[in-house]
Amino acid sequence: MTHVLDPGTLAAGTRPTPGSGAALDDVTRSDAALRAFLHGLPGVDQVGAEQRAATLGTRSIKTTAKAWAIDTAISMVDLTTLEGADTPGKVRSLAAKARRPDPTDLTAPPVAAVCVYGDLAGVAREALAGTGIHVAAVATAFPSGRASREVKLADVRDAVANGADEIDMVIDRGAFLAGRYLEVFEEIVAVKEACGSAHLKVILETGELVTLDNARRASWLAMLAGGDFIKTSTGKISPAATLPVCLVMLEAVRDFRAATGTQVGVKPAGGIRTTKDAVKHLVMVNETVGADWLSPDWFRFGASSLLNDLLLQRQKLRTGHYSGPDHVSVD
Amino acid sequence: MSDRLAVRKTYKLYVNGAFPRSESGRTYEVTDARGAFLANAAWASRKDARDAVVAARGAFGKWSRATAYNRGQVLYRVAEVMEGRHAQFCEEVAAGEGVSSGRARAVVDAAIDRWVWYAGWTDKLAAVLGSANPVAGPFFDFSLPEPTGVVAVLAPQRSSLLGLVSVLAPVLAGGNTAVVVTSHRRPLPAVTLGEVLATSDVPGGVVNLLTGDAGEIGPWLAEHDDVDAIDLTGAPADRALELERLAAGSIKRVVRPPAEEPDWTADPGTSRMTPFLETKTVWHPKGV
Repeated sequence: MTHVLDPGTLAAGTRPTPGSGAALDDVTRSDAALRAFLHGLPGVDQVGAEQRAATLGTRSIKTTAKAWAIDTAISMVDLTTLEGADTPGKVRSLAAKARRPDPTDLTAPPVAAVCVYGDLAGVAREALAGTGIHVAAVATAFPSGRASREVKLADVRDAVANGADEIDMVIDRGAFLAGRYLEVFEEIVAVKEACGSAHLKVILETGELVTLDNARRASWLAMLAGGDFIKTSTGKISPAATLPVCLVMLEAVRDFRAATGTQVGVKPAGGIRTTKDAVKHLVMVNETVGADWLSPDWFRFGASSLLNDLLLQRQKLRTGHYSGPDHVSVD
Repeated sequence: MSDRLAVRKTYKLYVNGAFPRSESGRTYEVTDARGAFLANAAWASRKDARDAVVAARGAFGKWSRATAYNRGQVLYRVAEVMEGRHAQFCEEVAAGEGVSSGRARAVVDAAIDRWVWYAGWTDKLAAVLGSANPVAGPFFDFSLPEPTGVVAVLAPQRSSLLGLVSVLAPVLAGGNTAVVVTSHRRPLPAVTLGEVLATSDVPGGVVNLLTGDAGEIGPWLAEHDDVDAIDLTGAPADRALELERLAAGSIKRVVRPPAEEPDWTADPGTSRMTPFLETKTVWHPKGV
């Protein structure tokens, strides 16, 4: 179940050398080649993946390890607000929370990024100036992705111009499910180009891809196209991030690095609300891809309510008694 | 009697409208007054208390906003279902407290009557405890009782049903939600009350019953930042002061334990409801 992809299966006859993506260039030369490659990926054993994820979820993380996990998880949070009712004021208050998650305890680390809609990226950029906290903006007709490519690219350029240094794009699930893989591939490549120096996170929306096989194929597709991160979901569809999906994506980035030498990050988003969930994910990262990914540069949580639960747990560890929701800010 | 095998029961907790096992997996044996085995009960841990507080906080909004009339109806329905379990309550009280069946019946009658009595109070509290205040200005000025919030109740250790009802019902009548640690040695009437609550109209989470040791769970509840008040009636005598000190950390309302467990058959008055009510005063300009 946790096999490493045999590089020999990647492209018939060519064995890629780690450190170069050259051997994989071939697979994207035509729709047929790309389809042959993606469908040639080993199938995912769904029962096995669920069991593996469940087993890793039973690890008991206590005391100092728990304290480390909580602080690491806080530093990995992409603090997100993606509501129609968002205002500059709300984004500024979120930015204040991102800089100093727990005003009563200055040892709490800042979060990794603030994630907003593109039109509010400028507000977030201004509020976070000089902090090192990234500004992520969703683009490409988030969350459905149903718009023409020109509109999507304009959306990306606008967000980057507003100050976003990370772009969260959605793939065209309709095209992916219809098997038009090259179309999806070319769109990601075009968006990546429009991003310029901004990091690109590719949202697969695994809830709409339905199967874990599709999640693995979409992960590879996004990585081949140059995504810096692969992200599970928009958070607007249920189910969003689940442990088995995250496991499959982690295996994909591991195999991709083994095949090409390029490291890609993973961001589960949506549905992760408790410290326990976050710790389960961290355990899975460590056990699947190793400590290389245990940093905000390579692993993120897309979440809004998770941060408050992490802070409550942190307060519990610090004071020795249970805290309550009155002791963290309401976003 | 046939030689049928006895069905030995292992009871669970009542948290958030469901019956979970203790997170710790622990149980303990409950014996009757003479030491014979009655049943196994779950032995709640601090994490069960934590989950119960989350459940009680979640249920507080709906329960506190329900109209007083509706709350009265719901509580009266509990008394109806208790009446249906009359024989079971009698058996458990007689076995646990070691009293005659006649005496047990009187205790159960009194407990159900006590519940009905408190059910009647829900829509009278505002009239008795609230007021229209005369003020020196063109304002209507009202004071109204409002529920305090999540109340932790350490139930009496000796009186396992009448005592429990006498401390729990007043908390609910005011619109609070409760986390109750039951009598340690005599938890069975509380377990049955949980089954009564689950099959009546009380929303899940409004009452959470933890069977276990008040000395073990009490400090966690007393210190918990999200518990607004604590009733120490069933606290171990030598720990009460410590619990009160812990509760001060988050400025809880505290009901101190009596020196001796009182005679619960006495007329309770309003003294067990008022500690869990806050007074809100509203100023309203008189219209022109």
